[in-house]
Amino acid sequence: MDGAQGQTELPQPFDAWFASRGWRPRAHQLAMLDEARAGRDALLIAPTGGGKTLAGFLPSLIQLAQRPPPNAPPGIHTLYISPLKALAVDIERNLMAPIAEMGLAIKAESRTGDTGMARRQRQRVKPPDILLTTPEQLALFCAWEGARLYFADLACVIIDEVHSIWPSKRGDLLALDLARLQQFAPGMRRVGLSATVDDPAVIQRWMAPRPGAGVDLILGAAGAPPVVDILLSGGEVPWAGHTAHHAMAEVYEVIRRARIALVFVNTRFQAEFAFQELWRLNDDNLPIALHHGSLAAEQRRKVEAAMARGALRAVVCTSTLDLGIDWGDVDLVIQLASPKGASRMVQRIGRANHRLDEPSHALFVPANRFEMLECQAAREAIAENALDSEPERVGALDVLAQHIMGLACSEPFNLVALYDELRTAGPYRDLGWEDYEQVVDFVSTGGYALKTYDRFRRIVQGLDGLWRVRNEETALRHRMNVGAIVSAAMLSVRISSGRRSTPGRKVGEVEEGYLEVLEPGDTFVFAGQVWRLMGVTGTDVLVTSAAGEDAKMPSWGGSKFALSTFLARRVRELMSDGDHWRVLPDDVREWLEIQKDHSAIPASDEMLLETFPHGQRQFMVAYPFEGRLAHTTLAMLLTRRLERLGVGPLGFVCNDYALTIWSLKPMDGLDFAELFAEDMLGDDLEAWLAESAMMKGAFKACALISGLIERRFRQDKKSGRQISFSTDLVYDVLRRHQPDHLLLRAARADAAKGMVDVARLGQLLIRIKGRIRHAALDRLSPFSVPMMLEIGKQLSPGSAGEMILADAAETLIAEATA
Amino acid sequence: MSAVAFARSDCGGVTARVGGADALLRATGALWLAPARTLVVADLHFEKGSAYAVRGQMLPPYDTAETLRRLAAEVEALAPAAVVFLGDSFHDRDGEARMAGAYVEALVALARGRTLVWVVGNHDADGPACLPGEVVESVRIEGLTLRHEPLAGAQDGEAAGHLHPCARVSGPGHSVRRSCFVTDGARIVLPAFGAYAGGLNVRDKAFAGLFAAPPLAVTLGPSRAQPIGWRRLVGD
Repeated sequence: MDGAQGQTELPQPFDAWFASRGWRPRAHQLAMLDEARAGRDALLIAPTGGGKTLAGFLPSLIQLAQRPPPNAPPGIHTLYISPLKALAVDIERNLMAPIAEMGLAIKAESRTGDTGMARRQRQRVKPPDILLTTPEQLALFCAWEGARLYFADLACVIIDEVHSIWPSKRGDLLALDLARLQQFAPGMRRVGLSATVDDPAVIQRWMAPRPGAGVDLILGAAGAPPVVDILLSGGEVPWAGHTAHHAMAEVYEVIRRARIALVFVNTRFQAEFAFQELWRLNDDNLPIALHHGSLAAEQRRKVEAAMARGALRAVVCTSTLDLGIDWGDVDLVIQLASPKGASRMVQRIGRANHRLDEPSHALFVPANRFEMLECQAAREAIAENALDSEPERVGALDVLAQHIMGLACSEPFNLVALYDELRTAGPYRDLGWEDYEQVVDFVSTGGYALKTYDRFRRIVQGLDGLWRVRNEETALRHRMNVGAIVSAAMLSVRISSGRRSTPGRKVGEVEEGYLEVLEPGDTFVFAGQVWRLMGVTGTDVLVTSAAGEDAKMPSWGGSKFALSTFLARRVRELMSDGDHWRVLPDDVREWLEIQKDHSAIPASDEMLLETFPHGQRQFMVAYPFEGRLAHTTLAMLLTRRLERLGVGPLGFVCNDYALTIWSLKPMDGLDFAELFAEDMLGDDLEAWLAESAMMKGAFKACALISGLIERRFRQDKKSGRQISFSTDLVYDVLRRHQPDHLLLRAARADAAKGMVDVARLGQLLIRIKGRIRHAALDRLSPFSVPMMLEIGKQLSPGSAGEMILADAAETLIAEATA
Repeated sequence: MSAVAFARSDCGGVTARVGGADALLRATGALWLAPARTLVVADLHFEKGSAYAVRGQMLPPYDTAETLRRLAAEVEALAPAAVVFLGDSFHDRDGEARMAGAYVEALVALARGRTLVWVVGNHDADGPACLPGEVVESVRIEGLTLRHEPLAGAQDGEAAGHLHPCARVSGPGHSVRRSCFVTDGARIVLPAFGAYAGGLNVRDKAFAGLFAAPPLAVTLGPSRAQPIGWRRLVGD
């Protein structure tokens, strides 16, 4: 580690300001000063509560305080990038204090999507010394005319929570924009601030100003290790379920004893459910609030503000609060249901007690027995400070298309010079010339083999050889569509009023997909209350109050996060090691013992596969422990194979631990090595993927990010719903007529990575080659019980659309012929 | 219980009695009037992709080719004596001028040995200028009046397009949305046949008042059309 050896001292008035607060600069804060003096790029990794943000800003504050009076009005000195708007605004507030108290002539201002028009315009004419903003706003800056001049004085870029930004399309976009800023201001320093990660080198490579350039690593002192407990309700762990419903009374008790608790869950439905249950028990009327991504933004802001005031005792939340502004008083983090990954859990636990010397407290509440194993494995991993790792990223082509269009809107570009610039961005270091040319062609004409759009080009090559945007109108439209976050279309939930059910008061907003499984008349929980769905008109969801009724719980209880590879391995190891079981509660240990007697416990490098009859059906349960995404893909592909083998599979269910397929004919005589052979990742995968809703979803996202489809029109604002339908049509037509099109490739890459986890499935198939442990049983095993309980709650996908229609038609025909 | 008399057809379509005529509702979205050997297709929206490209959205330029491919397949399968285009055959007035020569030739070839009838719509109020065939406001065949936009109120013996009907059906944990025919036995609204033509849910208020009795929806599909009762249909 590059450490501060104490030679570095704080200049005045900083030294006095630290002293006045009773603080001494921490070693990593001084080390960051040395980095700045040496003009080097640096990544600071420190746990929450370590004065990380101040360490990032201190060098800039000192430089600005010591600068001689400028001859001309200076430009922006330091640009701060935060993944969250709220964080940028909060940091602005936090910077005000030292600047005011030391009487420094430094102006720090935030700029987000919510910043008013007047302030935006003023910032453009008279830039602040320190500008705090988001990756999306930076992309917009880079699409401005005059961006080069605006950023010419830039000395430093600080990227906060860089661990959460880089492995995503937002990270791709940010890396490209940093490359552009470096062109404007070659002396610009890059500073990354990150939570503890498994492999800092990946972030260092992402951050580097060009491939191979060094980024120094500064490590803050580790905080006290967190104290993690597992809650056993009455000493028992349920067989199945996802909600931890059984333990809610104890969870409430724990909240009652804590000062402020954050209750994390994995899905929005679980958040609504837990919130409902806690209020049912809330005899003390504790202020308990709810926070998740389907709630209206103003509703979320209100909860955050109440939290900051210390007016709440608990917030039930999803990953929306994984990151965010500091709430010093949180003293307990509760994780309802399984943590899914060690790194995310460390991040969540870090939300409690932002003081380094005291341990954070966390409580895991497993909802079923497999989750108990997972909680135990996560707890051990956290104690050993062992974390999940992220694979290196290859920059997405749809993001590149958006970026190139933005640059053309800012100033003309030279094709070759831009290629060199793009490859200085970490995720695009290996960008091939052919791909690059295709992306430029895509930006210009859509990139079609059929060249009929040449006269409509969006960017054109001038006589000087430079490429520029066609006209100001096109540039304006592009600027309205900048960003790499595709948010789901939002519907307004409104109370239906009058006999004619007209939309009334707005209760909140939900994502389009949230209500997909419900039919009019069904009840559901939203924003902490029970509602009856009356219908959907346009972008309004009409509801009436159904207070006091039981809400229909959606059947799919899984988390949107899949169990991490790292944690999955630890679960397999814990399960295979009989000596290790003594750390587990009695009923879970007995469950494992009976499983050992009746079926088998696989070794950590084996995959257990059970076959047995149950009722009128034959079952096959495989336990790869590779996460729901990989399992679902595997089950889809296995089902196709079983169909070809004449087994007649009827359906399947998957969770993070296992997959179950059932059929009419027995499956115990099958050649499982053949069935699980890797070649299933060839044609079968492609054929299935091409037709899947996931590919269509991925295509839609790529079409929006790349600018093929506009997010908003200036006049006719389309709802996301209408867009969704037409992108499916575009997908079908493009797939038939130009299957190798750039956007189809981009969508395929996204779907394979994010939605079906093809890479992980591939690794799984290699891992279990020759290591499938088959147990042919005459009845179900203890392990299979949780899976069997999930059957009937889910529908097998397969050709689900056709099945639903055929079923509806048969009902009608039966009715007609009765 | 629907008042519509219908049955499945061996071709994957559904036969239904509409306004006194026997109509075959094809799984592709085309309507076949067998006694008159007439194929009816609605809302092709030729050159919709290029209409967007003019405004800077480079949708794939293959929609016209795709719509023609589907049309040619129907003509091949049924060998009609007449093909009626039920309006909005072009996405905009300039669509015909933008259409590539190869596609014009394909339409000319299609017209050989049969009559093309271009019913005008709101997107193409003048009808095509150079393509073979007749341009009409409406036409009567087999006792059915074929026009683009359905007249308000219940109508007997009308076949129209314009509304791009589609149906949503919910199943456990999943719902499916498909283009569809919609008929009450007196009149019928055809689905849009064009590759880029979107759909409007038949539960939308635009359909209110068109039908005297709860209508039947017949959804399109890769191989089979499916008759769905009104009660099984949900809004978006």
